[in-house]
Amino acid sequence: MQVMLTAEVESSSARGGRTRRRVHPVAWFVLKRLALGAATLFVVSVLIFALTAIVPGDAVTVVLGKSGTPETIAALQAKLGLDQPLWAQYLAWLSGLVHGDLGVSVVAMINQQADPSIATALADPLANSLILGFITAVLLIPLTLALGAIAGLFADRFLDHSISVPTLVLGGLPEFVTGALFIYIFFTQLHVLPPVSLVPPGASPLQTPQVLVLPVLTLLVVAVGSGARQTRLGMLEAMRSDFVLSATLNGISHRRIITWYAMRNAVANAVQTIAQNLQYLVGGIIVVESVFAYPGIGVYLVNAVQSRDTNAILAASMILAVLYTVINIVADLLVVFLVPRLRSELV
Amino acid sequence: MTVSAALPRRRPAGSLRRVTSTTGGKIGLVFLVVGLAICLFGGNVAPYDPSQPFGIPGSPPMPGHPLGLDFIGRDVLSRVLYAGRATVVLAVGATTITYVVGGAIGLLAGYRRGPVDAWLMRTMDVLLSVPALLVILLFVTAFGNAGWVLVLSAALVLMPGVARIVRSATAEIATRGYVEAAVARGDRTLTILRREVLPNIAGVVIADLGLRFSWSIILIASVNFLGLGIQPPLPELGLMVSENRVIIGGNPDAILAPSIVLAVLIIGVNLVGDAFVRQLDRSEGGA
Repeated sequence: MQVMLTAEVESSSARGGRTRRRVHPVAWFVLKRLALGAATLFVVSVLIFALTAIVPGDAVTVVLGKSGTPETIAALQAKLGLDQPLWAQYLAWLSGLVHGDLGVSVVAMINQQADPSIATALADPLANSLILGFITAVLLIPLTLALGAIAGLFADRFLDHSISVPTLVLGGLPEFVTGALFIYIFFTQLHVLPPVSLVPPGASPLQTPQVLVLPVLTLLVVAVGSGARQTRLGMLEAMRSDFVLSATLNGISHRRIITWYAMRNAVANAVQTIAQNLQYLVGGIIVVESVFAYPGIGVYLVNAVQSRDTNAILAASMILAVLYTVINIVADLLVVFLVPRLRSELV
Repeated sequence: MTVSAALPRRRPAGSLRRVTSTTGGKIGLVFLVVGLAICLFGGNVAPYDPSQPFGIPGSPPMPGHPLGLDFIGRDVLSRVLYAGRATVVLAVGATTITYVVGGAIGLLAGYRRGPVDAWLMRTMDVLLSVPALLVILLFVTAFGNAGWVLVLSAALVLMPGVARIVRSATAEIATRGYVEAAVARGDRTLTILRREVLPNIAGVVIADLGLRFSWSIILIASVNFLGLGIQPPLPELGLMVSENRVIIGGNPDAILAPSIVLAVLIIGVNLVGDAFVRQLDRSEGGA
């Protein structure tokens, strides 16, 4: 996190050095945006902590169940620091978080696991989720632009309708409905893909790439529609514009007009929506992982909520919140650098 | 944003005719009516008690049970017919609260401006800085999985969008002559908001309704799917999809049926909302 922030500042000042006139406003925007992101994360961390602290004894009672006597409960609470005042608990948690210590899972402790540390337990799920999210993101961007551009070039014709209608309709459905339909088609009917995406502990999903197909497909279907719609509009607008007309009259080839003139307009139109869709992936994986029982941070979080494992909920929520915020900041900065006309709005 | 461009100066009357004037709107209206009818009144025509087991779990469709039996042998058709009511009622509750509270915040921020505006909008921004589903999961963690927790937490994450839209529309209207005139003749703020501002921002607000309602449905059904909302043995669409995954090989209808009901409902809401927005844009463009 820290490393990432400084890297952002450096790259932006490097860029700022090359552009002559707008150095100040853009650099100022970058700093403001980073400060806002840090402030937001602080407030979010307080809120997340407060919400999970409302039921402080619960994890202990759930875990000890009926065998818990007042003495064993009090002993466990003292061991976990739950007898401290809330602000002290928050500070202890926050300083641990900054140092990469996510605390211990009460549930794992009671189950007598050798290492109840959440950081250890979360390492694999986090890596699995990042793999899922990264593959989806890498496919999402070109797919959005390609589908949107084709729909825009063939606007109101068969090709447009056969792209726009399904993406819009499927994109509006909950992830678990789309996922269930895919399982029905690809497992029940065609028997080509597994209905659950199990990954053995310690193994990487990349060793069994077939388990990634349906989760990635589901996320793509949900996320591709809105961006493709924006790309389509931008392409349509550009192909009807004066600058494309004058380029045509100047004898520039049709292909070059599309790839070089119109596509830029389409991309500019879609940048913000695509950025939002990348951000969506952070929340989308919670449901998609559960649909396919893919062992990522989303499934980890849902299990933690079910067992009231407060520290685990805190850790997973905070990681998701950080990812969400970082993608948001990077997206805002990219928008400012990629689409000059949006600078006046944002900066 | 294009809010100011979309500000209607006319009543949203005749909106039904506007919606049905497009193909998408017509299809959407049919889907919406069918979806709502199944969800709200399906329970009244269900052939069996949704909690009564009949035979071997996961049995495929058979005479008397056209959609087969679920993972513990209950009639899938009857359960699907009952399952939508909870989803729709909770989603309507969430959408209503979203509009009442979000609308009030937006009106206040847009009309008062200044520090009130800044504070309210920063608060809304914080709510948007975490994935929506995560907020709901945290509320469920803190307050349990009662229906009101689902409704309030879903409203909380949908609220910022409404507040933003209402705020910018209100801020735009507040500078108009007729509002200044009302201020000059000493009308009270509440009267001004009700008489001058609300009627003039109604179109923008209604245009957004379809989107919020379908999001409410998705969020609530998703929490139930995750097993963190409505608890078994109650029938609910998201929960049904989740609990019947174990019998996908035996009776896939137990998963497909609730999925399709949800899909019909959501597609209906989206198409009608979309048709309404298009018509609104068109009439504004022509004005």
